[in-house]
Amino acid sequence: MNLDFNIIPQYASYLVSATGITIKVTLLALFFGFLLAIPLAFMKLSRFRVLRIITSFYTAVFRGVPLLVQLMLVYFGVPQLTGGNLTPLQASTIALSLNSAAYLSETLRGGIMAVDYGQREAALALGVSSPWVMIDIVMPQALKSVLPGLVNEMINLLKNTSLVSCISMVDLLRAAQLIISRSYRAFEPLLTVAIIYFILVEILDLVSRRLERWVNKSDRR
Amino acid sequence: MIDVKHLYKSFGSLEVLKDVSLHVNKGEVVAIIGPSGSGKSTLLRSINLLETPTGGEIFVDGKSITAKDTSITALRQNVGMVFQHFNLFAHMTVLKNMIYAPVKTKRLTKAQAAEKAMQLLERVGLADKANVYPVTLSGGQKQRVAIARALAMDPQVILFDEPTSALDPEMVTEVLDVIKELAKTGITMLLVTHEMGFAREVADRIVFMDNGQILEDTAPEEFFAAPKTERAREFLKKML
Repeated sequence: MNLDFNIIPQYASYLVSATGITIKVTLLALFFGFLLAIPLAFMKLSRFRVLRIITSFYTAVFRGVPLLVQLMLVYFGVPQLTGGNLTPLQASTIALSLNSAAYLSETLRGGIMAVDYGQREAALALGVSSPWVMIDIVMPQALKSVLPGLVNEMINLLKNTSLVSCISMVDLLRAAQLIISRSYRAFEPLLTVAIIYFILVEILDLVSRRLERWVNKSDRR
Repeated sequence: MIDVKHLYKSFGSLEVLKDVSLHVNKGEVVAIIGPSGSGKSTLLRSINLLETPTGGEIFVDGKSITAKDTSITALRQNVGMVFQHFNLFAHMTVLKNMIYAPVKTKRLTKAQAAEKAMQLLERVGLADKANVYPVTLSGGQKQRVAIARALAMDPQVILFDEPTSALDPEMVTEVLDVIKELAKTGITMLLVTHEMGFAREVADRIVFMDNGQILEDTAPEEFFAAPKTERAREFLKKML
């Protein structure tokens, strides 16, 4: 069998920095995506029809268009309109944040709806103002119930970052391609980055399970 | 203390309260009884604006609660509520449940609130449960905590919305005992209940509602001995 993993170590520093890029893009998109998802979730639950229509349109668009097309639209398309340039990191962060916000807001909406209305009423009846009721009573319980769903979204996001290799970000997948073009070997570098992705996802899963156990302490009898 | 004047409430085309007027003096204990769907809970919930009246006015402590310049949160801090389903905050320990609102609304500092909470838990016999989560408590214990939580705000009025209806029969007494003790302290109480014996024993007045209206408003002895309306007689026959 034509296999030689000895070619990998010489590119180690390369792979390390690419892993860093992948993690960085994931975290940035997760942060901004979540930040955007919270108001979107509330808009979806709003009394005002206009807000509900706007947000369901938003979700429909970002779900209905391939992420790779969204990425390219932001990276190649937007500068044509605005005249300015976006760095690959900026474009990746924008596209992935907007996209993950669409999914995360849907998950969050479900979580907020699942919190028993009595919890809200009890806090209101104690004279707490409704923004604080949302922050202190509803959101913690909503987040708790959607934690598994959120982790799923995070895992999807992490894997989807491989698409940014198409807009000249040197992430894990792009690193593999560069190693291929230098070493003329494909299987070893691709398998190596596959394993790295897998390990990153497993770490995320492990952390989330720890977190879940911690937030569920109020359910233990 | 509480003055309800010509209150109307509709949910869509369904009229739940029709011209309801009720006066409750300071320190009075008033039991509201009647068949389900008669509007008892809606009346109670209107008094702290968990329901918004469609028409009429409600005065608490002389102030109109629906007036534009009335702070709803200030009103609610003064009017405690105990729910049928307890509604303890599931993600907070018993003690946190107790101190959350007093601290958040800046009535008390954290230390003061904790001290007061412990006194109240002592009073309802649950001081040893301060650091557990609600899920570990029985229904009766949950409701006693919920009562203590309402008292932690030092309200002038406390509203009970069928406080024992969701409890197993053997837990009803422990909750009623707490409410009885409370009635003696001179706090103003409105109580929607299906416990006729309890209403008779603890209330200063019985308000009988049917079909969105108050049909009788009399002393308990009078009401249970000789109800004036046919509807009340029918109702009592079924309940006793």
